[in-house]
Amino acid sequence: MRDTFFDHLYEAMNKNERIFFLTVDFGAPMLDKIRKEFPQRSINVGVAEQNAINVATGLALEKYIVYVYGIAPFVSMRPFEQLRVNLAALSQLRRLNVNIISVGAGISYTMSGPTHHCLEDLSIIKTLPNFELFSPSDSVLVEKYFHHTLEAQTPKYLRFDVQNLPPLSSKEFDIKEGFRLLHQGTNSKLALISTGFMSQKAEKLAQKYDITAIDLFSLNAYDKDKLIKLLKDTQNIITLEEGFSASGGLDSEINFYIKGKNIINMGFPKQYTFELGDREFIHSLNGLGVKDIENNIERLLK
Amino acid sequence: MIKGQNMFQKLKDKSKQIRIQTLEIHKKVPETRVASSLSAVEIFVSLFYGNFLKFNPQNPQDDSRDRLIISKGHGSICMYPLLADLGFFDKKELDKVSQQGGLLGSIPDPTIPGYETINGSLGHGLGVACGIALALQRQNKTQKVVVIAGNGELQEGSKWEAAMFAAYHQLSNLILIVDSNKRQMLDYSENILGEEAFEAKFKAFGWQYFEVKNGHDDEEICAVFDEAFKFKSSAPKVIIVNTLKGKGLKSLENNPLAHVLSAKPQEIDEAIKEIENA
Repeated sequence: MRDTFFDHLYEAMNKNERIFFLTVDFGAPMLDKIRKEFPQRSINVGVAEQNAINVATGLALEKYIVYVYGIAPFVSMRPFEQLRVNLAALSQLRRLNVNIISVGAGISYTMSGPTHHCLEDLSIIKTLPNFELFSPSDSVLVEKYFHHTLEAQTPKYLRFDVQNLPPLSSKEFDIKEGFRLLHQGTNSKLALISTGFMSQKAEKLAQKYDITAIDLFSLNAYDKDKLIKLLKDTQNIITLEEGFSASGGLDSEINFYIKGKNIINMGFPKQYTFELGDREFIHSLNGLGVKDIENNIERLLK
Repeated sequence: MIKGQNMFQKLKDKSKQIRIQTLEIHKKVPETRVASSLSAVEIFVSLFYGNFLKFNPQNPQDDSRDRLIISKGHGSICMYPLLADLGFFDKKELDKVSQQGGLLGSIPDPTIPGYETINGSLGHGLGVACGIALALQRQNKTQKVVVIAGNGELQEGSKWEAAMFAAYHQLSNLILIVDSNKRQMLDYSENILGEEAFEAKFKAFGWQYFEVKNGHDDEEICAVFDEAFKFKSSAPKVIIVNTLKGKGLKSLENNPLAHVLSAKPQEIDEAIKEIENA
């Protein structure tokens, strides 16, 4: 996903001299090319997340389009107050186009343990006014969203998985609507609403049970009316996220805005996972395994 | 820089006026941080009236302006009378500080013409200034970036992340001025984290170091500012200005808790009288 993004960024930096790239000592193959070809607009700020956000703010105040690249838990939580004061609050008074490219959504650094798992960012970034929160589930979304990062004069947090998630089967959709239909079920009894990696699982389950699946990828800026309309006849909803439950993430968003339905929220219980295993194993330890979701689906479809 | 004894007298008079007006604001709005605003009076007066800064009150965001980042925001209430005097906004606003519908709060923010960034939270100014300085350099612009910070604020790790960055990236257009009044919220800084040793620290971080011994002497401030602002070097510059927290208010001048204390109306009246007669 980040490779897709950086391909586009490279092209954009070629055409537009007002793009500045900062990395918090974090690499990617494509970055070598960016660093080499645009040494004046590409800086490794070192292991210094607070300064990365502050420097980005300064550059954006001088009308640069800024990208800050780092590991998800560190670039979201270490400089949270810089994000709050210098981007969220200040962008209400000044135009600031700063894009935080955060890699390591959910437990995508599966084996690295609690410091590298990022189960809080959906919640905490969503609390920030004036911030867009983009949580893509495949590289098609990343590609469609890229242009928006150049244009929209607002801070944005882009939550990328470590894995290159394969394209989902979604047909034509409008990136500005903030969500997309992954599968239109014939059974209106149940819909799945998911974000990020969980949408990969949701799509497969929706096809298996012929139920509706919706991928909500822009958690702070989506067409609420359209989503509510889409769910008009749905009786039950399951929300799925790689984030702590009942903490302000996807579940809170849906529970708050979608009324009159039976909603089951599936996320991580509020504890850190020190056990080692693959992603599905960690999911199942936390009640988010395929089997756990299927149990809920089958119960609701009865 | 301005020259000649007459001009220094003018700066002195201006500092007197701004200090008195700052006290008058505090009398009406006791929650304003008066002690750390009084220590910075001569610094701001020298910058604005001593021709060290390029600014445009008619168009505060004029691109040709020097960028002034006031990192110790709450300790800059003295900027209100100064900005009003220069025409950044209507002087009538000075009577409405911290009032509903007014422009000026007890902590300044960038809705006030003349303020660039949000400064109520400490430790942000230098890093943001680094980004601005870098942007100006990359575009071959000659404007300066001046940061006003407090000594207590330099306990924030973010300041030293920025200090490393500024030196390594040779932000020679960046000038950090520290209102070094030796105190912070609850005590003298040396009683909290030991000797501040700014000279050794900044030199070790690769900065060009300057110091003003008496930060309430406009003439000395101007001389050091002049030297520092003109100094040709690839390094960023820091000017430590030794000041007295609460300068002009006897009850606060030697009080470790000066930062959080408010002065009584009678004390303020006496202080104003004393300043007028000095």
